[in-house]
Amino acid sequence: MKYQVDKKGYYGEFGGAFIPEMMHPNIEELQQKYMEVINSYNFRQDFIQLLKHYVGRPSPLYLAKRLSEKYGSDIYLKREDLNHTGSHKVNNTIGQILLAKALGKKRIIAETGAGQHGVATATVCALMGMKCVVYMGALDVERQAPNVKKMRMLGAEVIPAVSGNQTLKDATNEAMRDWIRNPVDTHYIIGSVVGPHPYPDMVTQFQAVISEEIKMQLDEHIGREYPTRVIACVGGGSNAAGAFYHFLENEEVELIGVEAAGKGVDTSETAATLTLGNVGVLHSSRSMLMQTDDGQIVEPYSISAGLDYPGIGPLHAHLCKTHRAKYLWATDQEVLDAALELTQLEGIIPALESAHALAALKKIELKPTDVTVINLSGRGDKDMETYLSHFGY
Amino acid sequence: MSTQNRINQLFEKKQNNIFSVYFTAGYPDLNDTVPTIQLLEQNGADLIEIGMPFSDPVADGPVIQQSSTVALKNGMSIKKLFEQLENIRESVNIPLILMGYVNPVMQYGVEAFCQKCQEVGIDGLIIPDLPLNVYQEEYQTLFEKYGLHNILLITPQTSDERIQEIDNASSGFIYMVSSSSTTGIKNKASDFHVDYFERVNQLSLKNPRLIGFGISNRETFDNACKYAAGAIIGSAFVKALDQKLTLEERISGFVKTVVSPA
Repeated sequence: MKYQVDKKGYYGEFGGAFIPEMMHPNIEELQQKYMEVINSYNFRQDFIQLLKHYVGRPSPLYLAKRLSEKYGSDIYLKREDLNHTGSHKVNNTIGQILLAKALGKKRIIAETGAGQHGVATATVCALMGMKCVVYMGALDVERQAPNVKKMRMLGAEVIPAVSGNQTLKDATNEAMRDWIRNPVDTHYIIGSVVGPHPYPDMVTQFQAVISEEIKMQLDEHIGREYPTRVIACVGGGSNAAGAFYHFLENEEVELIGVEAAGKGVDTSETAATLTLGNVGVLHSSRSMLMQTDDGQIVEPYSISAGLDYPGIGPLHAHLCKTHRAKYLWATDQEVLDAALELTQLEGIIPALESAHALAALKKIELKPTDVTVINLSGRGDKDMETYLSHFGY
Repeated sequence: MSTQNRINQLFEKKQNNIFSVYFTAGYPDLNDTVPTIQLLEQNGADLIEIGMPFSDPVADGPVIQQSSTVALKNGMSIKKLFEQLENIRESVNIPLILMGYVNPVMQYGVEAFCQKCQEVGIDGLIIPDLPLNVYQEEYQTLFEKYGLHNILLITPQTSDERIQEIDNASSGFIYMVSSSSTTGIKNKASDFHVDYFERVNQLSLKNPRLIGFGISNRETFDNACKYAAGAIIGSAFVKALDQKLTLEERISGFVKTVVSPA
């Protein structure tokens, strides 16, 4: 169990809970109760039922024939894009809303970048009749107007974060401030495997359903429970954590995360944290992050708002450091090419985030006997404007 | 901990109405740091918290965040701050505390940072996102080696048991956060959690307390002083620095709205 979180909330040297005292009661409550709650019979029943009948799980594991032909090797797509709300994000929000209810919370807050996690949170709040407040960078509110409208229609209050660069990092700051001001009745649904312990592990547990299904589905397809490799995109890293989880201890499986290089890792407009960052503390956990020599956080850039984050979950920092997983990067242009390739070979328009994982196919050696699983974490509806402006249709 | 520390000396000398002020280093102008400290002492401040600006100050409200953004744009950094403070003890006698977030301190190097603090004459540190357990496991030995008090926070939600734990791990004083808020939230005296202050006072703690967050004027200052050794003003002072007057006028003008001339 080399890759599990330890009792203090660390993966090797990464993780922990660097929280101000104001957050201590809430975090301590979560640390003490999360395992007990999520392993309880009632919770498991509700979680499994909702994932099946509400989200539509299991999501298919699809052998992409034309894509496989092109690369001369079998490529399977884990179709998280077919989930309700259009991405893997809902696996986590279902889990956390059930946890919040079990803890007696009445009000939910969340941060969002592109709006996928915000929509997934607003959705489960509507489902459970809970009050929902979503913080979103003011710039993202403008860039992602359709998701803002969706959240409002779902009954959520969307509050623009006007500090900093007005993107995901700033929305996260504002959500943390809200939690500090509302310490009693509120649960903060963090959208990725970031934040103080127990969030990285808790969100990983909720997303682990992805690799649990991949194992069973691969058995049906190829009579073996594991592939040669799993590839997933990484911003904070929740879909990758979920897709890797049940393969972590099986070192025969190669794990590949793909970061957003933006305009290139040799430019300042990038979000390739593991490639360019160093150790530091952001949003209450010790991990790798992009920062100046003085320890100020550097504003990241990526064509995909969901990967536009200067940090990364501590699990990934640990998998990178121990070489259990390999982290590559893809530039905006490589990502656009990969998205178009999948669209025209398979009739699937991927989210820009997920297209980073697809772009890795050109960066690795694929043998004819290999079995590669790519986690297609979300669908591209939200990115149509970006695609259209680049491809000129 | 040596009794030479100026924080201990202050609390030995004065048990009431301790007037403590926070400001952000390098704000409004890069080189305002030293004159601000000098003018605060001349105008009657008992203790000063010098804010080390951080790009993502989650425990702070909009005023201090904005001042941090400006200070960083002005070129403020920990390295720059230590340069500015190099000779501060030639002109300033009151205790000085550095307040900031843990990441810039980590990047500077924790031991180098502590050593430099001792060299320039810093008496204590407030690092809100350095929680008690991490402090005890990784930082305490270094803080003590360089004679620095670690000032820990308590809030209305902190349990009695944890307050005792924090008291045991503290030296100097305890920073009592007035209400569930980030900095700069406007308090009225009527918003004060009197029951919380009284609960804390009945715990017979070994460390004195200063109340901070939401202290902005004479009314809130006087009221806080009824329940603790003194109070800390931050956002209201930082806001007052943003006026078209000389630095001296801004500082003396503000101090008069809170305390009577010393």
